[in-house]
Amino acid sequence: MTSSTTHTVTALVEDRPGVLNRVASLFRRRGFNIESLAVGSTEEAGISRMTIVVDGPPSIVDQVEKQLDKLIDVVTVETLSESESVMRELALIKVSCRPEQRGEVLDVVGIFRGSVVDISPITVIVQLTAAKETLDALIENLRPYGIREMVRTGRIALARGPRTTGVHQQESEEQRRFHQEIGRMPEGALPFDSK
Amino acid sequence: MAMMSGADIVLESLKRLGVDTVFGYPGGAVLPLYDRFPAHPEIHHVLVRHEQAAGHAADGYARASGRLGVALATSGPGATNLVTAITNAQMDSIPTLFITGNVTRALIGRDGFQEADITGITMPTVKHNYLVMQAQDIAHTIAEAAYLATTGRKGAVHVDIPKDVFIEQADFEWPERVSVRGYRIPGKASPESVRHAAAIIDAAERPVILAGHGILQAEASEELRRFAERGGIPILNTLLGLGGIPQDHALAYGMMGMHGSYWANHTASNADVIIGLGMRMDDRALGRFADMNPTAKIVHVDIDPAEHGKNLFTIAPVVGDVKQVLPQLTDAIQKQSHVPWIRWIDTLRNEHRHSMSVPSGTDLTMQYVVSKIAEFAGREAIFTTGVGQHQMWAAQFMDISRPRQFITSGGLGTMGFEVPAAMGAQAACRDRQVWTICGDGGFQMTFQEIATMVDEALPVKMAIMNNGFLGMVRQWQELFHNDNYVSVAMSQPDFVKIAEAYGIRGIRVTDQSQVEDAIREAAAHPGPVIVDFQVVPEENVWPMVPAGASLSETIEGPVPVTR
Repeated sequence: MTSSTTHTVTALVEDRPGVLNRVASLFRRRGFNIESLAVGSTEEAGISRMTIVVDGPPSIVDQVEKQLDKLIDVVTVETLSESESVMRELALIKVSCRPEQRGEVLDVVGIFRGSVVDISPITVIVQLTAAKETLDALIENLRPYGIREMVRTGRIALARGPRTTGVHQQESEEQRRFHQEIGRMPEGALPFDSK
Repeated sequence: MAMMSGADIVLESLKRLGVDTVFGYPGGAVLPLYDRFPAHPEIHHVLVRHEQAAGHAADGYARASGRLGVALATSGPGATNLVTAITNAQMDSIPTLFITGNVTRALIGRDGFQEADITGITMPTVKHNYLVMQAQDIAHTIAEAAYLATTGRKGAVHVDIPKDVFIEQADFEWPERVSVRGYRIPGKASPESVRHAAAIIDAAERPVILAGHGILQAEASEELRRFAERGGIPILNTLLGLGGIPQDHALAYGMMGMHGSYWANHTASNADVIIGLGMRMDDRALGRFADMNPTAKIVHVDIDPAEHGKNLFTIAPVVGDVKQVLPQLTDAIQKQSHVPWIRWIDTLRNEHRHSMSVPSGTDLTMQYVVSKIAEFAGREAIFTTGVGQHQMWAAQFMDISRPRQFITSGGLGTMGFEVPAAMGAQAACRDRQVWTICGDGGFQMTFQEIATMVDEALPVKMAIMNNGFLGMVRQWQELFHNDNYVSVAMSQPDFVKIAEAYGIRGIRVTDQSQVEDAIREAAAHPGPVIVDFQVVPEENVWPMVPAGASLSETIEGPVPVTR
């Protein structure tokens, strides 16, 4: 199921006006192809998480990561591997469905462990949260009934296990001493006389 | 804590940063700020004649002094006029702070008079930018902006402030430190990356250093010299790296690239290990990437990890500040001398020196003029250039041997940079002689700044290389477009009369025999001077790597080109 040309990049970004513009502008400017982009809040106030699916050869991912990391508003960047993370997207699919077809449609939806969240005499809205390929498969199976409209969120992902995409913390006192020792200014210190 | 207006906070913040000079141009949105300049006499405002020039002057100020350059403009057209200068400074990683006014907060987004979405416009061309929506945010924003501009890979930072925020009262609170959690400043390199790089360097038989602008920015000339001497490694410079090592150093082999020397380009093409130091593997320095010595192993030291592997596959990327990484590398490598390799380069240089020498004869050539200016002005002088043939000849023949001696628009290639940049350099270094080598085209883009020089008593010596052509464009039309000269010949005004109109000295030089006297006279004159050197009209810069060719395809002189 692994697609060789898409890469899932996750970035923790400052929740500030313009940050989406900065990221989108970077992708446009450097000619990176975005397949999907999802933004939402995180466990930490003031930090949003962007999950970006990038299309391109593996060599491009390194540049995407580094160029993203260069943006001041981007705090942390990580590429998630498909095997070591959970990747999901959500789709809402409005399918043509007369009352006599409901049993069939519900069967299909049940097989994919989706649910029906709205119903009318001639339609149902199917909701499914799953990996991209599963969603694609459900859509193919619903297509014969007639898909009236559809929306997908784009991929979101988290690393499996206890590992997290950490926010870069301020320097510890120890690190600060080390940096002073090697002649580097401690992080955050103004590089000029601030008196 | 004292309550003060946003305007006072801006100026107080600049003072805390040690800023003594601001290049700017007033207008509606920044009127409240200008209103407060007289209350802060420690900051000298230089009134330019065009905002672009304010930006280039701040850029030249920063390049000449190593300090933060600051430019100021009003909203709308004032701000958009800064964009070229912002982009230019960012491309060459110059520590600069650009402050613009904007329409009042209530009018933002309503397409009001003189509104431009300037933070939207500058976003892709700055290191970072800000729109400050409250007076209480001004101080820490300016501290953060200056911090970002002057640390790590330096660059242009832009702060946009609506008019009513200049008027709003707030507590002035200057931060002790700034906190930017998405920003890291590389210092020393990781020991593993240094060991890996050192092993590759030790195993090299034909290593070469490509020393870039980073050496100057990090003030790492001494570290570069020690590293090269220990490893016995020849040094080539990029255009912006000129001055990182004295040209008379035994291991210095001059500039590589599109108009680098034949021997430098062939040294880069024949090396088995290429060590890039504080440079960004630019196409003008390296030629066609695919054929840039594909068998060489590349060691690349840069403070910006995004430069590693961007253009060329890099086997040994080293992330760090070149001033701290070079001592690490020097300690890690073996002492070597690479005698056969150095002899090979020396032989090549002896055989090909002719293709990069000032033409003999009595013609008044740009090569002759720039070499004479360098000879008379000496190493303590500062030279700025525009972009084109005169820039390349200046790079080739001005014997650039001191950091911050040579100020030129490298990445963006901005014509018209030369005059305002020289003005900024002179404002930063009033005791140094500043010469600007101008093209006749570029000069006419920004020479309105002579008026500023007169106001500010900045005695810049402007040497116009007047050949009546956009020389480099003409050279490309000759070589690559079958002599089809289109929109490239220019009628020129009487530059001596322009000098007179501005009330400065103007000197015309039409013959080689007048050059030395003219340079002496210009240097001795206490004010700004225009010297109109009427040079031979159609001369080409050699050697040359045609656009899209590899460095090994360097052409030494006029031969039929079939590309």
